[in-house]
Amino acid sequence: MKWELNSDRPVYVQLIEQIQAEIISGNYKPGDKLPSVRDLAAEATVNPNTMQKALSELERIGLLLTNRTSGRYITSDEQMIKKLKAESAKNQILEFIDKMHQLGFEPEETLNLFIEIVKSHKQD
Amino acid sequence: MNTILECKSLTKNFSNLTALSNVNLALERGRIIGLLGPNGSGKTTLIKLINGLLVPNSGEILIDGKQPGTETKKIVSYLPEKTYLPEWMRVSQAIEFFSDFYEDFDQKKAYEMLERLHLDSKKRLKTLSKGTKEKIQLILVMSRKADLYCLDEPIGGVDPAARDYILNTIISNYNENATVIISTHLIADIENILDEVVFIKDGLLTLHTSVDDIRTKEGKSVDTLFREVFRC
Repeated sequence: MKWELNSDRPVYVQLIEQIQAEIISGNYKPGDKLPSVRDLAAEATVNPNTMQKALSELERIGLLLTNRTSGRYITSDEQMIKKLKAESAKNQILEFIDKMHQLGFEPEETLNLFIEIVKSHKQD
Repeated sequence: MNTILECKSLTKNFSNLTALSNVNLALERGRIIGLLGPNGSGKTTLIKLINGLLVPNSGEILIDGKQPGTETKKIVSYLPEKTYLPEWMRVSQAIEFFSDFYEDFDQKKAYEMLERLHLDSKKRLKTLSKGTKEKIQLILVMSRKADLYCLDEPIGGVDPAARDYILNTIISNYNENATVIISTHLIADIENILDEVVFIKDGLLTLHTSVDDIRTKEGKSVDTLFREVFRC
């Protein structure tokens, strides 16, 4: 996968977000085996300790499971992935509403504008 | 056991110049640490003290609890600023040379890395470019299974694409028990692989913290912080 890291936020936080995004988008499927920490770290050009920290956090929230002998897997709990997806969508929308607010639009105006643009976008 | 390097009130003077002044520092195993500071701040002096090439005027430096000497050289792998291998040597001879010198040198690993970089081991060093020589030197240094790697400006002379390869070589070849110290002023290029940073300014240790801490607390990159701290 392609990793994009900016430099003003902790790396492990960004790794967590990007692995979550891969799971939500279905690039990593439920039950898939994850590459080793070292391979993932090399791929993202980050410190293996940092990758380990990100994976541990994903394990803690249950998105990843570790099997002592055979490595790390994406959870097979599709309900959980759905929930993550919904949460992620919500955050995107809240962020969008916030940005629109900064431009001076009230939430109702934003909604109307949004519907209008979606409609005209469809016609194209 | 977990501390690999300890400096206690470490001071080094060159006639009337104080290169390092009262440095107290403890580094743990299993970390990648950036030793950062502007030119002439004392980075190389510290690395030379670790390797026993300089002797402190006062204070103490301990590697795995021991003073620099024959025993510590067995566990410290050092990449100096300048290459020191004789120009007439072939790459394969340099590998033999390292193999003779260091018990922990892994020839197989060295040849694997050469192959990955498409470097011909039969070539003589004098026929290679500066950047290629630096790559070979780094391969030699990283092919040891050391406890402490001291890399003095490992990415200074190579192109950006090779930089990525070198960083990958560093992160995929050090073992979990080892610590890597990287001295550089090219911070933006390496800050994603660092656990911790040590800032040195005019021979004084001004900051020792984790990269995550800088980003969380200050909301800025190490590179940005460096530019602020060392603004000219």
